[in-house]
Amino acid sequence: MRPDLTVLAGLIPDGSRVLDLGCGEGQLLAHLEQRGCEIQGVEIDGEAVVRAVRRGVPVIEADIEGELSTFADGSYDVVVLSQTLQAMVNPAQVLRELKRVGTRGVVSVPNFGLWRNRLALLRGRMPVSATIPHAWYETPNIHLSTLIDLETLLDDVDLVVERRVLLGEDAAPLRSSLAANLRAAAAIYLVR
Amino acid sequence: MSDLGFVETQRVVLGTEDDPLVLANGRALTHVEVAYETYGELSPARDNAIFVCHALTGDAHAAGHHGDPARRGWWDNLIGPGKALDTDRFFVISPNLLGGCQGTTGPLSTDPATGKPYGLDFPLLQMSDFVAVHQRLLAHLGIDRLLAAVGGSLGGMQVLQWLTQAPEQVTNGVMIASSSRLTAQNIAFSAVGREAIMRDPDFHDGRYFELDGPASQGPKIGLAIARMMAHITYLSEEAMTEKFGRRLQDKSGDQRMGFGVDFEVESYLNYQGRTFLDRFDALSYLYLTRVMDYFDAFADPGAAARIAAAGARALIISFDTDWRFDTSHSVRILRTLERARVPVTFREIRSPWGHDSFLLQPPGYHETVRAFLDRAHEVGG
Repeated sequence: MRPDLTVLAGLIPDGSRVLDLGCGEGQLLAHLEQRGCEIQGVEIDGEAVVRAVRRGVPVIEADIEGELSTFADGSYDVVVLSQTLQAMVNPAQVLRELKRVGTRGVVSVPNFGLWRNRLALLRGRMPVSATIPHAWYETPNIHLSTLIDLETLLDDVDLVVERRVLLGEDAAPLRSSLAANLRAAAAIYLVR
Repeated sequence: MSDLGFVETQRVVLGTEDDPLVLANGRALTHVEVAYETYGELSPARDNAIFVCHALTGDAHAAGHHGDPARRGWWDNLIGPGKALDTDRFFVISPNLLGGCQGTTGPLSTDPATGKPYGLDFPLLQMSDFVAVHQRLLAHLGIDRLLAAVGGSLGGMQVLQWLTQAPEQVTNGVMIASSSRLTAQNIAFSAVGREAIMRDPDFHDGRYFELDGPASQGPKIGLAIARMMAHITYLSEEAMTEKFGRRLQDKSGDQRMGFGVDFEVESYLNYQGRTFLDRFDALSYLYLTRVMDYFDAFADPGAAARIAAAGARALIISFDTDWRFDTSHSVRILRTLERARVPVTFREIRSPWGHDSFLLQPPGYHETVRAFLDRAHEVGG
């Protein structure tokens, strides 16, 4: 499993009912099921759905933004948005829905404010890095943000941050939160 | 991947005077015979059985051939060595439906009470009656639990019924181009088909089989019209355009401008209606369509919760151009099951062929069924 997913999984208690929005091939959910979680995925890419199904992960093939409203209030213990929010057309609405459907949410995002990204912009180029791997003209990430920007939005939609894990460029957790918005390549938020 | 070879339809008596099949409406059938086929081998642990439920006008002959390798079962592309329903690993069971006319007891069968065919005295059936017969077939085969039940259209409705009725018996349910209940439009089409049959002068109150000569074959015009109309709902407008367009039968292009069969699509429908008469009976058409009309899988509010409690899993597939049971039918099943906490996989597959897509192989469809069943096989029943 990707290192950031291992960190993310660590924020989810054993036995939770988990909805993973943009679950891809279902690695995270398959791992959580081994820990007694009740799992359900949503994924828009059909080939990823087939691979997830092959590993035993139940997946609804759908566009998250169209599908979210159909889930019942408070029907999951944890709703996961792993490296997905930045690809949404309306991230604020997706976060409001996450709050409605889940008791808690886990949101992981790349940090556009990473010093290396800023340096790229100073050089006059759009950044391309491990956490922002696409060229500007082919990226699905239409709503990139810095950590400060994201935290402002979380606050705006009344989501309270219970924990924040900062990840370095090697995807390992940073030990100190000093200058987080400069040093973190990505971050994972546990919100409620 | 290869095709199955020669297969034979088997018959078994699953209801007798001493052990009658009591139907949902309380009436009892004292002689129930079932035609079925099986493919592959049952494992020593009896844990690799997959049940195939056919659609409205299907039969037990789902795969392989009966002597002419060119004429193959109706789901031959899905069932066979190395196929999604892999007969090298799975034991596949495919029966004809109760109320049908292709080997299993139905309205044309002899009523033991009178020694004559039932006709309209055959009891009205419900979806749960189909399942009750399927369960007797499983008992006959010595199987307690299915690895999976798979069905398209009416077949998927039976799978859903089975899941709500005995979820502990169906570990994995696969419902393709299916529905939990018909809409007014679905019932309307169904009603017009039945009207065409019953208003045909040759219907004779459903006792046409007592007549002499060609009239004994029943309401041929009505049945053919019912089939022609139903067939329109099985194809998308796009599929019809691609298949026929506005092409004429007469290749010279001279439009005759009459009321005969002039366009290719008319000729096709005529052919569909005509060939249907050779293999299907009007009374079975009435009885089976009525089962679909009355079906309402989630009328019992506890139904979905029972499926969840039994730990069964569901795969639901729809096709984007299906307007017979469009995606909203599948989404209704999906939503109800997901809210009840049943682990559920859903895909809407792109296919130009409408409802009939479940018999074809649009990209992604068989791959999904295969992935679901491979996983089921891996973890076991």
